[in-house]
Amino acid sequence: MSVRSAAQRSLAVSSQGAQAQRPSVDLVARRRRDARRRQLNVAGLRLLVAIVFVTLWEVTTRLGWVDTFFWSQPSAIVAKLWYWITQGTELGPLWEQAAVTMEEAVGGFVVGSLLGIVFGVALGRNRLLSDVLGPYIKAANAIPRVVLGALFAVSLGLDIKSKIATAAVLVFFVVFFNAFQGVREVDRTLIANARILGAGDRQLTAEILIPSALSWIVASLHTSFGLALVGAVVGELFGATQGLGELIYNAKNLFDIAGVFAGMGLLAAMALAAEALITALEDRLIRWRPPVATETRI
Amino acid sequence: MTPAIELRGVTKRFLTPSGGVYTALRDLNLTVQPGEFCAVVGPTGCGKSTTLALISGLEPPSEGEVDVFGKPVIGIADGIGYVFQTDAVFPWKSVLENVAAGPRYHGTSNREAREMAREWISRVGLAGFEDRYPYQLSGGMRKRVALAQSLINGPRILLMDEPFSALDVQTRSLMENELLTLWSASSASVVFVTHDLEEAISLSDRVFVITAGPGTVKSNYKVDLPRPRNVAEIRFDKRFVEIYEEIWKDLKDEVLVSYERQKRGAA
Repeated sequence: MSVRSAAQRSLAVSSQGAQAQRPSVDLVARRRRDARRRQLNVAGLRLLVAIVFVTLWEVTTRLGWVDTFFWSQPSAIVAKLWYWITQGTELGPLWEQAAVTMEEAVGGFVVGSLLGIVFGVALGRNRLLSDVLGPYIKAANAIPRVVLGALFAVSLGLDIKSKIATAAVLVFFVVFFNAFQGVREVDRTLIANARILGAGDRQLTAEILIPSALSWIVASLHTSFGLALVGAVVGELFGATQGLGELIYNAKNLFDIAGVFAGMGLLAAMALAAEALITALEDRLIRWRPPVATETRI
Repeated sequence: MTPAIELRGVTKRFLTPSGGVYTALRDLNLTVQPGEFCAVVGPTGCGKSTTLALISGLEPPSEGEVDVFGKPVIGIADGIGYVFQTDAVFPWKSVLENVAAGPRYHGTSNREAREMAREWISRVGLAGFEDRYPYQLSGGMRKRVALAQSLINGPRILLMDEPFSALDVQTRSLMENELLTLWSASSASVVFVTHDLEEAISLSDRVFVITAGPGTVKSNYKVDLPRPRNVAEIRFDKRFVEIYEEIWKDLKDEVLVSYERQKRGAA
């Protein structure tokens, strides 16, 4: 009896020991498996949404429930895209149109962001300047700025400059307000510490204020690239000879709705690609920030 | 001998957001000798941190005079180190860059500053962590970075504002011992603000008791415990207990006053 109970006990102990080791290994493996399964799930569901949407669109238009004259249909859009890729567009090769719009958007994005950061940091640093200029900036921000595109088309001409200006104006305000706020919200203790350590005004700006504001600024870059694209396309609508916006405008004039949708699809793809680039830039610029706990990114 | 720090009849008032006037310090007199380790204890909200801000030059006094090594403090003085209560290491700089910041701000070349920083990092026991960012460190390690960051400038005066209050008890007494080791190798005067009387006595040569706000020095006590001390063990020393009882009698009243006021404020 006593021997058996001892054996039982030792068995219990050994199985406990095994249990104590196994769960941690199991847990890690299971976590990893769960994460992978979840990723696959999300990807699958995403694909499903696209398939359902496209199928419904295709079927309803084929059945004549929805008028293809107004809403086109996926197969026609794909055919149009293929035609543009192989035969070129009315305005010239497709890649050239995409490149022109990208150039305008990137140009506006860079100019607008730089100006936004410079003015945001300057006004965030200088109380008097921000008190004096504040109301004007708020007033300017209240104007529906896309109409400035018309003004730029007249004053800067129909080439790339007017589109960059339109895009830059849209980007500027978003980045400006974020940079301004970012500089304002810098931890007072960090400033005190830097000053005690001997930092001068310039070092304070370069090493404390701007890095601290950077997470705000970079966050704003996500929205602002989309706006830069809007600016470029709107600029093209006000008058252009090339670009995706002009291509869409042209298709609309020919009642070529498949062309309008194809152009829109290309713009969306460009925006997604740029978004991925900005996310990569963000990860590089703010490496010092703890990684976000949840991996979900939209 | 010129005292390292001298505050004479210092009053500090702040404007409250509602437009009133708040007096943090009233007619405060305090003298610290060169190389002396002083602790400042008092109830919460008695203006302990304000005292440090005045000595460092971050804040000017409303009345009275603040002298550091015989010279009136105008703006941020050179030769001062300040370890803040909250984390003040720069989150976007690596440990190495954080510690190297001080010398760089004083015009040392990047390379030389980094070399100095490496040495200080190993002196505070963080060798191997040079490339980490603050978020990757524990609270105690971040305090070590803050210490190295301040000490690398070779301050003649080190101001410490409840630097270890956020640490767990074990890490805390470790850090206290290390602080004493580092301090004994320097000739700096230290003003160490804390609400913990045990910490105050075990570290310092002199303890100032500040009254409930508006703060003024109620009394000061010489701590005649031998050095070098082991912070974790000196608390059981007979003399330590005697000193503790003596100071606590003084401090207790102030703590009670402050507590009563808080209760009334909350009611």
